[in-house]
Amino acid sequence: MPVLTYLEAIRQGLWEEMERDERVFLLGEDIGVYGGAFKVTEGFLERFGEERVIDTPISEAAIVGAAIGAALVGLRPVAEMQFIDFISIAFDQLTNFAAKCRYRWGAGVPIVVRGPCGGGVHGGPFHSQNVEAYFFHTPGLKIVEPATPYDAKGLIKAAIRDEDPVLYFEHKYLYRRIRGEVPEDDYIVPIGKADIKRPGRDVTILTYGWMVHKSLEAAEIVAQEDIEVEVVDLRTLLPLDDETILSSVAKTGRAVIVHEDTRTGGIAGEIAMRLNERIFEYLEAPVVRVTAPDTPIPFSPPLEEFFLPQVEEIVQAVRWVANY
Amino acid sequence: MEEPLTREQLLDMYYYMKLTRMVEERLQRLYRQGKIVGGLYRSLGQEGESVASAYALEEGDFLAVMIRNLGALFVRGIRPWEIFTQYMGKGTSPTRGKDSIVHFGSVERGIIPPISHLGDLIPVMAGIALASKMQRKRSVALTYIGDGGTSTGVFHEGLNFAAVLKLPLIVIAEDNGYAYSTPKHRQMAIENIADRAIGYGIFGETVDGNDVIAVYHATRRAIERAREGLGPTLLEVKTFRMRGHAEHDDAWYVPREVLEYWQKRDPILRLEIYLKEHGMADETDFEAITHRIEQEIEADLQYAEQSPMPDPRIALEGVYAETPSVSEAPLPSEHAVKSRS
Repeated sequence: MPVLTYLEAIRQGLWEEMERDERVFLLGEDIGVYGGAFKVTEGFLERFGEERVIDTPISEAAIVGAAIGAALVGLRPVAEMQFIDFISIAFDQLTNFAAKCRYRWGAGVPIVVRGPCGGGVHGGPFHSQNVEAYFFHTPGLKIVEPATPYDAKGLIKAAIRDEDPVLYFEHKYLYRRIRGEVPEDDYIVPIGKADIKRPGRDVTILTYGWMVHKSLEAAEIVAQEDIEVEVVDLRTLLPLDDETILSSVAKTGRAVIVHEDTRTGGIAGEIAMRLNERIFEYLEAPVVRVTAPDTPIPFSPPLEEFFLPQVEEIVQAVRWVANY
Repeated sequence: MEEPLTREQLLDMYYYMKLTRMVEERLQRLYRQGKIVGGLYRSLGQEGESVASAYALEEGDFLAVMIRNLGALFVRGIRPWEIFTQYMGKGTSPTRGKDSIVHFGSVERGIIPPISHLGDLIPVMAGIALASKMQRKRSVALTYIGDGGTSTGVFHEGLNFAAVLKLPLIVIAEDNGYAYSTPKHRQMAIENIADRAIGYGIFGETVDGNDVIAVYHATRRAIERAREGLGPTLLEVKTFRMRGHAEHDDAWYVPREVLEYWQKRDPILRLEIYLKEHGMADETDFEAITHRIEQEIEADLQYAEQSPMPDPRIALEGVYAETPSVSEAPLPSEHAVKSRS
């Protein structure tokens, strides 16, 4: 099976969907001639032409708004945010327009809005953010964030085929650092399904994105202390896969939730509440979280490193709940 | 050379304007009787521009209205019962009670509903225009924005986007004097909104919004340009909002003389004068139309009043294409028991 980088897997998924379905088109800033700031769409203009690979003005609200309009009349737009931080400019279009169309008047808005998220590359406060919590609170949207090349390809395909608006967050730290086997054939990773990246009986780590890899490293470390960690990669953040989450934690009785996003109002809080509401009697220890602190994401390497959740913090959290 | 409007077309527009006014008058009574839910937004004085611009569209074109464009909806085939049930929050309303006023539509009928956030429709309609171009269709997209709405960032983003991509989009900018209580000169430092067109490199035109014939022809010109691939038009219509922002607002801040000035330029009155002066219609014709509308309204209102309120449980439906909602998620105990083995 071919081995691809995370970025190549996204590109392959997009490419195959555009080959498969002529309704699929791309729009965004510098995605055509330049091939995208991170080169995700390199070669697309040459293959699919400027009608299906549209370089736009710097207008995120217009990019997402136009995607919504085109989707309403039968197309399958994939809008790129050059950095996911800039999605804030399209906030209204997503939360008030796209997310509410089906509920209000029965019209599906099958758009995908994708872009690079996350830190680790010293991008500073406006090129490193994780924006899921802003949208996690909006019924009508779906949010996915793959951690592996396999999931990256399968999820972009599922997102494009979905009947509802999907935010597809791709972690820029993983773009060229993570490689993995990716089938050449057509497959999807269903939206709404988490994946157990490492099975274990003692503690469940619930996480996503870059933190899946850090959690796997942490699991390796504590395995030497005879603590078997189950690492659940959420993959879809909205809607959460309650079935996998609850089953795993009911089995282990101990949960650590890890996210790169900041702490207050992050997805960990919601997951902890669901565990509390639904499987309280199965919990052997308090649910804990490892997250970034409640600050903007700083620029300078030592500050950023201090800000980002590290393997050692995850290890300590796992030990704490395991020994509770 | 523009083809003049026929008697039938003019009377058609007269009917839609009059229908708009009479439905709103009826809504006003219902509002006072406490029979409608929420606020009432009148388009009194602006019926002409809404009707005439929508009347210039053809089958297959797309329209998106704002709150003061009820007349445009009627032109596109919306009937009074849909408006009454929307305002009453009935289960038979087009949104089944999930949203109110003119916030409804259907892609099949070529009607895209607004959200309350001003300007957001412009990029959405640009996207519809983009799709039309990509699909090699003749369709154009038309939407409205008030003088206040042009102050938003998304107005700029949307128009510029459409301009750069030369999309078949028509934006009708309604200068109706006030945005809620704020006069136009506190929204912009220019006299004519259409002046902005030059900054986008698109066609701009200002017409008398209470002259339905002028609005119709100006819209036709914009539509023709759009179909020919010449890009968007910013068409400004000068009109006036003859009531408050909504019925709770008595518009005390609008000088009486201004209202009197516009009262004399009422679009319905002006079309009546035109038709009479040209020997195309007389009072008998107007009365017959009014009588027909009265009957239509009575029947539709009766249906709306007799319609049930929605089943509360539908509040949970329709968030996603797939049905599962929070309430339908499997019970936790089932998970726990199943997985404890």
